Amino acid sequence: MMRFMLLFSRQGKLRLQKWYLATADKDKKKMVRELMQVVLARKPKMCSFLEWRDLKVVYKRYASLYFCCAIEGQDNELITLELIHRYVELLDKYFGSVCELDIIFNFEKAYFILDEFVMGGEIQDTSKKSVLKAIEQADLLQEEDESPRSVLEEMGLA
Amino acid sequence: MPAVSKGDGMRGLAVFISDIRNCKSKEAEIKRINKELANIRSKFKGDKALDGYSKKKYVCKLLFIFLLGHDIDFGHMEAVNLLSSNRYTEKQIGYLFISVLVNSNSELIRLINNAIKNDLASRNPTFMGLALHCIANVGSREMAEAFAGEIPKILVAGDTMDSVKQSAALCLLRLYRTSPDLVPMGDWTSRVVHLLNDQHLGVVTAATSLITTLAQKNPEEFKTSVSLAVSRLSRIVTSASTDLQDYTYYFVPAPWLSVKLLRLLQCYPPPEDPAVRGRLTECLETILNKAQEPPKSKKVQHSNAKNAVLFEAISLIIHHDSEPNLLVRACNQLGQFLQHRETNLRYLALESMCTLASSEFSHEAVKTHIETVINALKTERDVSVRQRAVDLLYAMCDRSNAQQIVAEMLNYLETADYSIREEIVLKVAILAEKYAVDYTWYVDTILNLIRIAGDYVSEEVWYRVIQIVINRDDVQGYAAKTVFEALQAPACHENLVKVGGYILGEFGNLIAGDPRSSPLIQFNLLHSKFHLCSVPTRALLLSTYIKFVNLFPEIKTTIQDVLRSDSQLKNADVELQQRAVEYLRLSTIASTDILATVLEEMPPFPERESSILAKLKKKKGPGTVTDLEEIKKERSSDMNGSAEPTSVNASAVSTPSPSADLLGLGAAPLANSAPPPSSSGSLLVDVFSDSASAVAPLAPGSDDNFARFVCKNNGVLFENQLLQIGLKSEFRQNLVISSLISFLNHFLCLNLQTKPVDPTVDGGAQVQQVVNIECVSDFMEAPILNIQFSPKQEVQNIFKAKHPMDAEITKAKIIGFGSALLEEVDPNPANFVGAGIIHTKSTQIGCLLRLEPNLQAQKWLVTMDVMTENLAIDLVFLQKFSRTIGPFVAFQVANQDFDHKHSLKIFMSSSCSQVGRLAKC
Repeated sequence: MMRFMLLFSRQGKLRLQKWYLATADKDKKKMVRELMQVVLARKPKMCSFLEWRDLKVVYKRYASLYFCCAIEGQDNELITLELIHRYVELLDKYFGSVCELDIIFNFEKAYFILDEFVMGGEIQDTSKKSVLKAIEQADLLQEEDESPRSVLEEMGLA
Repeated sequence: MPAVSKGDGMRGLAVFISDIRNCKSKEAEIKRINKELANIRSKFKGDKALDGYSKKKYVCKLLFIFLLGHDIDFGHMEAVNLLSSNRYTEKQIGYLFISVLVNSNSELIRLINNAIKNDLASRNPTFMGLALHCIANVGSREMAEAFAGEIPKILVAGDTMDSVKQSAALCLLRLYRTSPDLVPMGDWTSRVVHLLNDQHLGVVTAATSLITTLAQKNPEEFKTSVSLAVSRLSRIVTSASTDLQDYTYYFVPAPWLSVKLLRLLQCYPPPEDPAVRGRLTECLETILNKAQEPPKSKKVQHSNAKNAVLFEAISLIIHHDSEPNLLVRACNQLGQFLQHRETNLRYLALESMCTLASSEFSHEAVKTHIETVINALKTERDVSVRQRAVDLLYAMCDRSNAQQIVAEMLNYLETADYSIREEIVLKVAILAEKYAVDYTWYVDTILNLIRIAGDYVSEEVWYRVIQIVINRDDVQGYAAKTVFEALQAPACHENLVKVGGYILGEFGNLIAGDPRSSPLIQFNLLHSKFHLCSVPTRALLLSTYIKFVNLFPEIKTTIQDVLRSDSQLKNADVELQQRAVEYLRLSTIASTDILATVLEEMPPFPERESSILAKLKKKKGPGTVTDLEEIKKERSSDMNGSAEPTSVNASAVSTPSPSADLLGLGAAPLANSAPPPSSSGSLLVDVFSDSASAVAPLAPGSDDNFARFVCKNNGVLFENQLLQIGLKSEFRQNLVISSLISFLNHFLCLNLQTKPVDPTVDGGAQVQQVVNIECVSDFMEAPILNIQFSPKQEVQNIFKAKHPMDAEITKAKIIGFGSALLEEVDPNPANFVGAGIIHTKSTQIGCLLRLEPNLQAQKWLVTMDVMTENLAIDLVFLQKFSRTIGPFVAFQVANQDFDHKHSLKIFMSSSCSQVGRLAKC
C-alpha cells in the first residue's frame, strides 16, 4: 500500500501532499522536510528508489517537479514508478501539457484527479479513459451548477 | 496565472494565489495570509448568510493556506455545511477540505458521518463516490463503526455501478486496515472473491487489492481466490497486447492487475490442484519468456511495466521456493539485469537476488554472480545501489567464498559512505566469525576492522572477539602476538587498546618468552596509551595491570609504583580511584596463591547467539537479516548476551566467583555506600547553612525547612498548594585512605551532573531529579540551586462540598466574585461557567472558570483557564500573595502595581482556594 505521495518543486516547495494513513500534523511536517532533503540531494542519474525509515521511496522528476511516493516493503517499485507516470499523463491530458503553475493554481483539481486514480493507497482504476471520464463528468456538473458571474460579483462588490 | 483552466475556476482564489506568489518575502506572504484569514473569518462570522459559491471559495482559500504549511483552526463547520449542498462542486470542495484537514479524532466526525450517510443513500453514483472517498481518506475508527457494515452491501449489490464498486472495495480495504475487528466477515466475502471474474478490469483491480489484504488475515476464507486469480492472470499474460484496450499500458497488458494478482498468490503456498498449478507455472514461464523477447517499444514505460510484472513473478517463484527450474531461470534473468544500463534495474536485481540467495535451489546459481556484485560495489555511483550490493554479498556468503567476500567488504569499508559503515562492520564481523575455519584469519579480520573503521566498531564487536579468543585456546597465542604488534603502531584506535589490554592481560604470558615482547615491554607499551584513553578504557587497563602482577611477578614493583602514583590513587574519577586502591592493596597483602586464584584465567563464555547478530537485526529489523541459518540460531530471549569483559574484572576482584557475566561497569562500587565520617559531614553542613541565608528570601517558609537539613538528610524543602519539593541527600565519600587532607586537596570547584527528567509534572504525580554533586574544591560563596516551576494555564482542583450543592446559591457566589455567569454554554446544564477579566495597570487578562458538581460524591471539580502565555512562576510571589492579599482580590483590584505575570498567580492560587471556601460556606 502506498503510504503517502508528495509533489514538490526543485526549490523545496511542497505542491501537493496526500496521506493514506492517519498521521499527526507534526510528524507529517517532519517527514516532508526530511524526505525532501534526501531526494533533492540526489543526483540525476541515480536510481529512483531508496530505503527511507522503514519504507521504500520511489520518486521521479518531471521538469521542475518531483513526484515522490512512499510504499511498504512488499510493494513493487517499478509499478509505483509507472503509477507516477500515469498520474502525470492524467494531469497532462486534463490541463493540456501540464506545468507546475497549473498544479499551483488548480490544486483542488490535482487532488480530484489523484482521488479518482488512487484510493486508500491502492490504485483504483488504471484506465486513463475511466479516470478522465469521471473528472470530465464532474466538470460538466460544475458548469451546470454555476451561472457565470461578473467580475464585480466575484470581487464581492456587487 | 495560467490563461485558461478547465472547469470554472474560482477567480477570487486565483487572485489570492497570484498575490501569494508575488510576495517578495516570507514576511509579506505571512502578512497577506493574515489579511486573508481575517477577511474569511469576518465573512464566516458576518450577519449576511454566505451563498454556497462564496463558502466554497473561502474554504478553498483556507485549504490553500493550509497547504502552504500554515495552521488552520477554523472553517471546518463551513466545510461540513458544504457537504450537505446539492451542488456537486460545493460538496466536492467540502469533502476535499475534510479529507485534507480533519484528522481521525476530530469531534466533527459525527456531523460528517451524517452527511456521508445521506450521500451513500442518495443512489447518485457521483455523490456516493465522494462519500466513499471521504471515508477512505479519514478512515477513522468512528467511521468504521458507522459504515463498516454498510459498505460490503454496496460492494456486492447487483445494481451498484462499476465505479462505485471500485471505490467501495478500496474504502472497505482502508477500514479493514484501521479496524479489522469492525469489518464483519460474512456472505459477502464469497461474492467479493467472484469479483475476480468481473468483466470490468478496474473492478477486478480494486477487488484484488481488497482480497489480498483480507486473505493475509483469513487465508481459509479466501482460499478459492487462488484458482480464480490464476485463471485471470493466465488470460492476461496470453492476451494480445491490444486485447485489453485501455488497460494495456505501453503494450503491456494490465500490468497493475498482473502485479496485484501475483501479490495475492503470494499469500498462499503453491496450489495443490495440479491443473491450477500447471497453469500457474505456464504463466510464470510465459512472463520469463517475454523478458527475452525484443521490446515492443523503446519507451522506458514499456520496459518498466513489463519488468514490474517480471519482478513480481520472481517474488512469487521465490515465495513458492519449490520449482528449481523456475528459480534458476529467475536467477539468470536477474543476473542479466545486474549488468543492465538502467540503474533502477540493477538496484532491483540486487535486491531480489538477496532473497534468492537464501533458497537452497538457487543459492549456488546466485553465487556465480559474485564477480559482478563485487564490481558493483566498486563502481556503482549511487550509494543506495552499493548498499544493495553489500546486502547481496552478505546473503550469498558461505564457507567457500567467505574469505573473498570479507576481503572485498573490508576493502570497500575504507571508502564507504559513513552512513553505512557501521552496518558493514557488523556484517564483516558476523561473516568472519561464522565462516572462520582458521581462527587466525578471524583475529586478523577483526583487528583490520578496528584499524580501518575503529569508530564504527561497536562494543558488541570487540566483546565478541574477546569471547571467541577466550573460548578457543588454539588462537590465544596468535591473538596475543597480533595485538601486541598492532599496538606498536604510533596511533592506534582506542578499541584496539581495549582488545589489546584485555588479551594481553589474559594471554600476555604466551608471548612473554620472546625478548621483544617481554613482560616489561608489554606493560610499557600498554601504559604508553593509558593517558590518551577514556575512563572506561583506563579502568580496563588497570585490571590488565593487576593481572600482570599475577602473570609476571618480576614487574610487580613497577606496576605498584604506577598504581600508587597520585594520578591513580587520587583520581577524581571514583571508578579509577577505587580500582587503583583495591588493586594496590590486593597486590600488597594477598599471597601469591590468593592472587592466582582471584586472577585466574577467565572461564569460557557460555555459547549463545552472537551479540553482533542481535545488533544487526535490531538495526535492520528482524525480517531483513535473511540468512536462514541465523534465524534458526536465534533462540534465547537474552539478546545482548555478551559478557562485558571490563566489568568481569571488577567482579572478579570483589568476589572471586568465576561467573562470566556480572556487574555492569556502571554499577556503584561497593565501598561507596559507607556513611561519611563526621569530620567531612560537618564541613558539608557548614557549606550548606551558609547558602541557606542566600536562598531564604527566594522561598519564604522554606528557610525553616532548610535549617532542618543540618541534622537531617531527607525531608520537605518547600511546600505550597501547587508544589512540594522533597529532598533526599546521600553523601558518598571517595576512598578514605589519605583521609581529610586528600579530600580537601581535590577541591577545585563543584562538579554537577543532572539526569534529564520529564519536563512536566502531572497532578498528584512525583518526579525525581537526581543531582550528582562532586565537591572538587573548597568555596566561599554558598551555591544556589534554582528550581523553576510553571503551572499549566489550565488548573484543576477537586474538593469536597461542605454545604448543600444548591445551583442558585452557587451562581450568586460566582457572580459575587466579579465574574460573569455564562448560561447554556456548557453542554452539561449542571455545570457552571464563568468568565472575567483581571484588570491590572499594564494589562488585562481573561479568565475562564468552570465548576462541575458531582452530586453523588458531593464534590466539585473546578477548572480555571487564564489567557496568557507568560507563565514563568515565582514561588515566592505565589505564596506571599495568597497569604496576604487574600482570595479573589485580583478580580476587584484594578490598579495594583505589579505586572500581569504576578497578578495571574495571585488569581490562580487564590481562586482555587476561594472556590473551595465557597463550597464550605
